[in-house]
Amino acid sequence: MTSALSKTPPAPTPPPGTALLEIDRLSVRLPAGRAARPILDEVSLHVAPGETVGLVGESGSGKSVACRTVLGLLPEGSRAEGQVRVRGRDVLTLDRAALREHRSRRAAMVFQDPRASINPLHRIGEFLTEGLRAAGTPADQAAATAVRLLDAVGIRDPHGALRRRPHEFSGGMLQRVVIAAALAGEPELLVADEPTTALDVTTQAEVIAVLTRLQAERGTGLLFVTHDLELAAAVSDRIYVMYAGRIVETGTTDELFAHPRHPYTAGLLACTPRIDPDAPPPRPIPGRPLSLAEAAPGCGFAARCAFAEDRCSVERPDLRPYGDTLAACLRADEGILS
Amino acid sequence: MSGSSGSSGSTGLVVQGLCKAFGARTVVDGVSFRLPPGGSLGVVGESGCGKTTTARMLVGLERPDAGTVHLDGADRSVRPSGRAGRLAHARGVQLVFQDPYLSLDPRITVGGCLDEVLRLHFGWDRERRRRRVAELLDQVGLGEREAAALPRRLSGGQRQRVAIARALAAEPRVLILDEAVAALDVSIQAQILDLLAGIRRASGIAFLFVSHDLAVVRHLTDEVVVLRDGRVVEAGPTPRVLTAPRHPYTRLLLDSVPRRGWDPGRIAEGRASA
Amino acid sequence: MTAAALTEPTRRPLLRRLRAPGGGPLFTAAVLLLGALVLAAALAPLIAPHDPEALDLRAPLAGSSADHLLGTDQSGRDVLSRLLYGARTGLLGPLLVVGLSTVLGILLGTVAGWRGGWVDTLLSRLLDLVFSVPGLLLAIMFVAVGGPGLTTPVIAMSLAYTPYVGRLVRGLARQEKARPYLESYRVQGWSGWTICLRHLLPNIAPTVLAQSAINFGYALMDLAGLSFLGFGAQPPAADWGAMINEGESALQRGAMLPALAPSVCIVLAVVAFGIVGEGIADRLARRER
Repeated sequence: MTSALSKTPPAPTPPPGTALLEIDRLSVRLPAGRAARPILDEVSLHVAPGETVGLVGESGSGKSVACRTVLGLLPEGSRAEGQVRVRGRDVLTLDRAALREHRSRRAAMVFQDPRASINPLHRIGEFLTEGLRAAGTPADQAAATAVRLLDAVGIRDPHGALRRRPHEFSGGMLQRVVIAAALAGEPELLVADEPTTALDVTTQAEVIAVLTRLQAERGTGLLFVTHDLELAAAVSDRIYVMYAGRIVETGTTDELFAHPRHPYTAGLLACTPRIDPDAPPPRPIPGRPLSLAEAAPGCGFAARCAFAEDRCSVERPDLRPYGDTLAACLRADEGILS
Repeated sequence: MSGSSGSSGSTGLVVQGLCKAFGARTVVDGVSFRLPPGGSLGVVGESGCGKTTTARMLVGLERPDAGTVHLDGADRSVRPSGRAGRLAHARGVQLVFQDPYLSLDPRITVGGCLDEVLRLHFGWDRERRRRRVAELLDQVGLGEREAAALPRRLSGGQRQRVAIARALAAEPRVLILDEAVAALDVSIQAQILDLLAGIRRASGIAFLFVSHDLAVVRHLTDEVVVLRDGRVVEAGPTPRVLTAPRHPYTRLLLDSVPRRGWDPGRIAEGRASA
Repeated sequence: MTAAALTEPTRRPLLRRLRAPGGGPLFTAAVLLLGALVLAAALAPLIAPHDPEALDLRAPLAGSSADHLLGTDQSGRDVLSRLLYGARTGLLGPLLVVGLSTVLGILLGTVAGWRGGWVDTLLSRLLDLVFSVPGLLLAIMFVAVGGPGLTTPVIAMSLAYTPYVGRLVRGLARQEKARPYLESYRVQGWSGWTICLRHLLPNIAPTVLAQSAINFGYALMDLAGLSFLGFGAQPPAADWGAMINEGESALQRGAMLPALAPSVCIVLAVVAFGIVGEGIADRLARRER
C-alpha cells in the first residue's frame, strides 16, 4: 500500500551514475571562535530522477543546512567536506559562473515563508521572469512562460496576476507563485524546505497538490524537507530521518512506518498525534532535540533513548542495512522495537 | 487547593453571541458555546477564523462589541473596575500564549515570576509562597535549577511549562491554551500534551484549547467547536465531529490532514464547494 | 570576552575593562573625555589657577604664557580658569534639560502608548505642537517673558526636548504592550500602572537612556548657542557660549584663544556625548539580537 502520490519504485542505493542528486558523506562545521562547531556529520542521501524523497527532523537536526547545500548555499564562514553531486557534478566545487547556471537551470528551491522570498516592492511578473531574463531569454518569451506557469499552478487570471504585487496575494497563492518561479528554469531537481509550514492546513493541501502534480508532469526530482512525519509520508516514496546532524534511518515510507529500526524513528511515530479514532494518545520522548554540537560523543540520541547501553555513548553507530531499511543504531538487529 | 468549580450552582463558562470587529473587518460574528466545569473544549479553525480573538475576549484582553460571557453565573463581559474586580476576573480565567519566547519577562527569574502571581492574589508569607512555587514547578516537571534561571536560559518547551505553571498559580477555574504547543517540536509537544492531560486529571480545571491542529484537539478535548470566518459552523463531542462531521467545512479540514494514502488533489475540488 | 580580547597581549588591564563594555577605542576615548570634563567641572575651584572673574585690565588678550596657559580675554580674565568654571554650567544645564525632558517624556509617552485611544491622540498632538516650534525659538520666547539667565532657557529647552523622548517612549510602549509577556501580566490581574512601572519601563529604559545620552550633546550645543546670543548666562559668569560671544571681538583683534578654546571644548563635549550615546545604543542592539 504505497502512497497515492508515488510514481517510481524506490531504490535503496542507486547504480553509480544514474542518481539525480547524491549527497556523499557531507560534513559541515561552523568555525565559531576558536573551536569549530559541527552542524552535519557524514550525511549521505540520494534522489533518483522523478522521485520524491522526504527529509524529516526536528530543531537542530540539520535538515535545512543539508538541503541548502544542494543549491550551494552554505552557512556563512562554514567549511564543508564530502560531496554534493547533481548529475555527477559536485556543487561545492563549482565556480561562480557554473553555480549560477546550476541554480538557474538544474536545481531550484522553495523556501518556507513566501513573503520573505519575494521582494514586496516588485510586481509578480518581474519576480517570475527575472531568472529567465538574466539567463538570456527575451522579455516577451519570458512573460509568456510566466503566464503558462501561473496557469499551471492554478492562479486565476494569470495575465492580471503578472501586474499585481505580493501583498495582494494570500500566503497560499504566493507560495504557488514561488513554486512557479522555481519551475521557470525547468530544473531537474526541486528542493522544498518546509514549503507549507507557514500555511493553513487546507491551503497546505492545495499547495501540495500543485507541487506534486507539476512534479509528476515534468518528471522533476523532489527533496521535501519537513518536521511533519505524516506529511512526509503522504508525499514521499522514501524518507530519511535526521537527528543531531546525522541520518539515523532511511527506507521506504511503508517499511519505516511498519518496522522502524531506530528508536528515534519509533519515538517520532509514537509521539505524533493522529486523527484516526483508533490511534493511541501521543507518547512523549523524554528530553529535548539536540543539535550535533550539543550532542555527546557516540550516538547523538543516546541521552534520550530508552534502550541505550553504555557502548551507545562511546561508539558512533554507522548506517547499516537491516532488511529493507538502513538504520544507525548499535542495537538495531536485537529486535528491541518489535 | 486547585481551582476546581466545586461549588454547587456552577454552570461553567457560557459564551453567547460574541461579536468583535476591527475597523471594517468582522472577526468574530455571533460565537456561542459552553464549557462545563472541569470540561475540555477545543476551538478549531484556520487563520483568521476568530479563534484567538475569541480567546482574548474570554480572558479580558479585548472587549466584545456584543454578546456575553458568563462564568458560573457572573458576567465577565464588563471591564472589571478596581483591584478586587480585576483580581477576581484573573482568578476566573487564565491564558497560556503561543510563543514561548515572548511570553515571559526577560528580566525576571522563573521563581520570581511565579512568586509575583502568588503575592498578587494571596496574602501568604514568604515561606508559604516558596513552598507553593516549588509545588507548581514540580507539577510542570521543573526543578530548583530552573527556578533560579532567567528565561533566556530555558528551551522553548521549558518556557511553556513555566507559562503553564504561572497560569496555574492563580488557581483559575478555566485555563485557555492559545495554540500553546504549535511552536514546539513534535517530541516536546507530546511532553506538554501529556503534562496538560495530567494536570486536568489532578486539578479539575476546565480547559479551552484553541488550535488549528485537529490531531492535538482529538487527544485532549471532550467537545469541539469549529470556527470559520468568525462563525461556529459545527459543534459537538470530539469523537463524533472528527469521525462523522456534518458540515462540509469540517469535512474539508479533516480531509486536509496529511496521512499516507492522501490525495490532496481531490480536496482542492472539494474546497470550492465547501 | 571576545576571541579578539583573548588574543591581544594584556598590556593595560584597566583599559581593557573599560573597552569591553562599549567596544572600540573611540568609545573609550569618548568616555575618558567626558570623565575628564566632569572632573574638571567638579574640581574647578581647586584646580583653576585664577579666579575666573578676576579682572586684570593691564593684560588684556595676552597670549599663552606660564601664568595664563591659555592666555587672557579682553578683560584680562584667565581663559583657562573660565574654561574650567564654564564646564560647570556647561554640563549642569544640559543635565537638567535632559533629566527633565526624559522624566516628562517618559511620563507622557507611557500614558499615551499604554492607554491608547483619545488619550493617545490628545497627548500625541500636544507633543507634535511643541515639536513644531524650534527649540531655540521657544527658549527666546520664554526669555522674553522671564528674563535671561540659566533657569528660563533650561525650562524652555526641557519642554522643547520632551517630544523627542515622548515619541520614542510612546512607540516603544505600544510595541512592548502587544508582547505576550506584558499581556500576561494584564491577564494575571495587575493594574496598568503597576505593569508600566515594574515591567514596561525597565524593559524600555535602556533604549530611552541611550537616546537621552545622545540628546545631552544637542542640549549642550543649544544652551551654548543661547548664551552666545545673549539669552543665557549673563556676563561676568563663566560660560562657554558667552565666552565665544565675548571672544568674537577678540578674534577681530587677532587673539584666537578666547574664542577658540571654548569652541573646541563644546565640539569635543558634543562629539563625545554622541559617541557614548551611539555606543550604548549599538551595544543594546547587539544584545537584543
